[in-house]
Amino acid sequence: MLIALLLAFGAALVAPWVTGRLGRSAGWLLALLPAGLTLYFLSLGPRVAAGEPLVQRVSWVPQLGVELAFRVDGLALLFGLLIAGIGTFVAVYAGGYLAGDRQLPRFYLLLFSFMAAMLGVVTSDDLILLFVFWELTSITSFFLIGFQHESEESRANALQGLFVTAGGGLAMLAGFVLLGSMAGTYRISELLASPAVLVEHPAYPLALALVALGAFTKSAQWPFHFWLPNAMAAPAPVSSYLHSATMVKAGVYLLARLAPALGGTPQWFWLLTLVGGATVLAATLLTLLQRDSKRLLAYSTIVALGTMVLLIGVGTPAAIKAMVVFLFAHALYKAPLFMAAGSVDHEAGSRDVTRLAGLGRSMPWTWLAAGLAGISAAGLPPMLGFIGKELAYEGLMGAPWLLAGLIAAGAVLLLVAVQVAWVPFAGRTVRAPKAPHEAPPSMLVGPLALAALGLTFGLVPGLVQDGLMRPAAAAVLGAPYAFDLYLWHGLTLALGLSLLTVSLGVALAATWRRWQPLLLARFGGVRVGPVAVYEGGWRWLLRFAALQTRFVQSDDLRHHLTIIVAFTVALTGGVALWRGGLESMVWAPSGAYLHEFLYFAVILLATATVVRSHSRLVVITSLGVVGFGVAFVFVLFAAPDLAITQFLVDTLVVIIAALVLIRLPSSALRGEGGRDIRWLSGAVAIAGGALITGLLLAVTGLPFDGALTRFFEANSYPAANGRNIVNVILVDFRAVDTLAEVVVLAVAAGGVGALLRRRLGRGDADAARREPDGGAQ
Amino acid sequence: MKSLILRTTTRPIIVVLLLISIFLLLRGHDLPGGGFIGGLVAAAAAALYAIAFGADAAARLLRVRPELLVGWGMAATVVAGLLGMLAGREFLTGLWWVIAVGDQELKLSTPLLFDVGVYLVVVGVILRFVLSLEER
Amino acid sequence: MEAYLAVVVGAVFAGGFYLVMQRNLLRFVFGLILLSSGVNLLVFTAGGISRGAPPIIPEGASVPVGEVANALPQALILTAIVIGFGLTVFAMVLLLRVYERLGTLRTDRLTAHLDDPQPVAGLPDDEAPA
Repeated sequence: MLIALLLAFGAALVAPWVTGRLGRSAGWLLALLPAGLTLYFLSLGPRVAAGEPLVQRVSWVPQLGVELAFRVDGLALLFGLLIAGIGTFVAVYAGGYLAGDRQLPRFYLLLFSFMAAMLGVVTSDDLILLFVFWELTSITSFFLIGFQHESEESRANALQGLFVTAGGGLAMLAGFVLLGSMAGTYRISELLASPAVLVEHPAYPLALALVALGAFTKSAQWPFHFWLPNAMAAPAPVSSYLHSATMVKAGVYLLARLAPALGGTPQWFWLLTLVGGATVLAATLLTLLQRDSKRLLAYSTIVALGTMVLLIGVGTPAAIKAMVVFLFAHALYKAPLFMAAGSVDHEAGSRDVTRLAGLGRSMPWTWLAAGLAGISAAGLPPMLGFIGKELAYEGLMGAPWLLAGLIAAGAVLLLVAVQVAWVPFAGRTVRAPKAPHEAPPSMLVGPLALAALGLTFGLVPGLVQDGLMRPAAAAVLGAPYAFDLYLWHGLTLALGLSLLTVSLGVALAATWRRWQPLLLARFGGVRVGPVAVYEGGWRWLLRFAALQTRFVQSDDLRHHLTIIVAFTVALTGGVALWRGGLESMVWAPSGAYLHEFLYFAVILLATATVVRSHSRLVVITSLGVVGFGVAFVFVLFAAPDLAITQFLVDTLVVIIAALVLIRLPSSALRGEGGRDIRWLSGAVAIAGGALITGLLLAVTGLPFDGALTRFFEANSYPAANGRNIVNVILVDFRAVDTLAEVVVLAVAAGGVGALLRRRLGRGDADAARREPDGGAQ
Repeated sequence: MKSLILRTTTRPIIVVLLLISIFLLLRGHDLPGGGFIGGLVAAAAAALYAIAFGADAAARLLRVRPELLVGWGMAATVVAGLLGMLAGREFLTGLWWVIAVGDQELKLSTPLLFDVGVYLVVVGVILRFVLSLEER
Repeated sequence: MEAYLAVVVGAVFAGGFYLVMQRNLLRFVFGLILLSSGVNLLVFTAGGISRGAPPIIPEGASVPVGEVANALPQALILTAIVIGFGLTVFAMVLLLRVYERLGTLRTDRLTAHLDDPQPVAGLPDDEAPA
């Protein structure tokens, strides 16, 4: 499994190169990798069906107990097949859809990165690992939604998607950490084996809420649904792959994956059925307002996702069976529908279903694919979608309200299928923005093959029943579950409900042109609910950021420093007072000789002069006096090395300061700013000085630990042959520090040399003229 | 600065200063002194010369560019460390060789080499500061 | 004794803090110099001061005789002095270049000319920001 993932990531890296070399036909070659992965997953089928999941573990961060742990069971296999299989066709399709696009190499890099990450999500057996892959899918999704990055709208939508999904991902991470500490392990298979520990833990509701938040945002559940329709800014292959078949199902996957561990409680039931139900309801209503084929499909995807969450929440074997089959069917029909919508957009130049008609004559194969997928989407026999919908009705038999909602949703799904797969193709030809013609083979293979699979599995459900559906349902239920799939259930209540759905749907579709414009005119511009909250929050965030930036990041260095000094003083002083850091303060003014006061007084006076004076000469001299005063303090307290160094450095500082100052005007020291500024900085400075005094008194009031000093005293001569302990520390015991300091000095010299290169003034002005971006600023 | 007194007194003074700086460097391991202090004294001498005779004269007297001194100094510190490793010890472990010269002992060591490196870096860095400012 | 030194250190710090918060880059650099002196004295005092002998082992002995000053803070401060010196010079040179290029040392005017296509008044043409 690790090798398969590495291969996929590797393919992402070489894909741009291959695309650059092969151009137009690269898609066909690149599709070989996902095709190979599909075969690999197929080969795992028999052992997984026999109840032997593939397990692989490689240590990753042993200190944290994080492992590269993979486990492929029935659920992971189902997802793996969808990801790799649909990925194969999407790779081919994209080669045609984006043919000639300069960005095609980048596209394949992102597409394959996404595929690898998504495979990682569904095969991870470690919560942290799953999270890493999860966020990777969010990031690749961000780049793919914003693929047309010259478009402002595209970028905004990409950011919105990232914001919602990555924000949810963070909540999910917190939930994962909670789960991990509750169960004492991050291994998913171990979590699933000990559900009682988790469910009875007091933190269970919080952990559930956090994990569910991650799942709901990713799978576009209400109230986070709004990012998905906006994600339709992405190219059609992305919409069909990430935003219908795979990535948005990651949330569904996560809930299904953790259902045995976290499910079966009232909290689980209510949370999932309420959110899933609300999602179905909201998306059903919003679908009625759409005219853009991709947005129609996006809202119908949200309806489907809501249905899946609802079914997982109900959690009975029948519901789980329905969820698994519906999920599979949905992926098989939604991906080709998106591809067909993309082809129509590509070849006829529009996605507005009210402006398209009669394309069937010029695009017969696209119509065939769209038609087959549309029948499945509408929940009509003999497609797999029909079986999925029937099972969903059966699964919700005990909950009439949910069932009623689902029937309404089913009717709308049929409406969408008609709008996308029938209306643009049937009837008399209208003038399309582009002269329509059939899509190239690369854009037909995918939709046709996937739609044909939906038909085949619908006619012969036995093909996938034992190998795929049963193991997947077993993984979600946590126990083996034998069931059979039939196209014909007999005359059951579910069939009756299906008929009801179809008649409702047909009625809606037939009258669509009459009521839709009215609806759109009445509600089209209304921005309420979650979108308004998101947009408002976004505006406030930006406003707050601007305000904060003006405050702490102004152009004026003085503001920065005042804020830094003030906060440092306030925080340090506050903590010192609060935690009793100043309790050891001892005020014992004694023990100084008279001549020592002289030095202290000189330092104080010279400091005051530096602060007060406006004369360059006076200030430099006073600085020198401060330095000499400090040097005398070193002399007083038995530090000859320091004293010599300080004298020398002080002399050099004065010399160099003089060299600098003679190049500045005599007025250079004027202009401190207004009186109020002086008051403020004076107050902060006095507080800072007082704090330093207090801290120093507190430190010297504590007993002194001389262990290190004693070590150096004892070893300086015996171990390092040196009698001057200070020097021995510098060149022997702590020579690595000294080495680093030597490097710092060298860097400073390099900086000064570069800044003051001879004739630099003229030189860099010339440079700035030559290259407008660089040089002078 | 074209002061006759400064120029006349500078020559003997810098000779003395340079001798003192080497003396301070060599005795540093046992008495106050060492690479930092010795280097600062030598740099002060060079600064004095540069102020008295100008940056170009100082650069001519020096013969090598200050950057070269910095480079040699850093190389010396690193070699001092690597010698310790060559002897199979940790990086920067001190090694000592005591050579008898008459009745005196000459002590050579990697810490001394290290200190010489520090000396060179300090001299080179400060020379770069002073020369760059003086020649503008 | 420490009490007096603590007051001196506090005063040097206060002066340094005050200067770095001024609207004049030159004063800022002077503040930096005061602060590095202050830090050195701070570490020196906090490391324990004594009027005893310097930390040097006399001839014929292998450990210091009698009470000697604490060698460790001295070693730390010695490098700090030299590093502080390098930093100070670098800051001064940077300031010099800022003045040559922008014609001002006021922190609130430094960015004023960034978007200004006109040469700064009072500067030779080839010194003007591009």
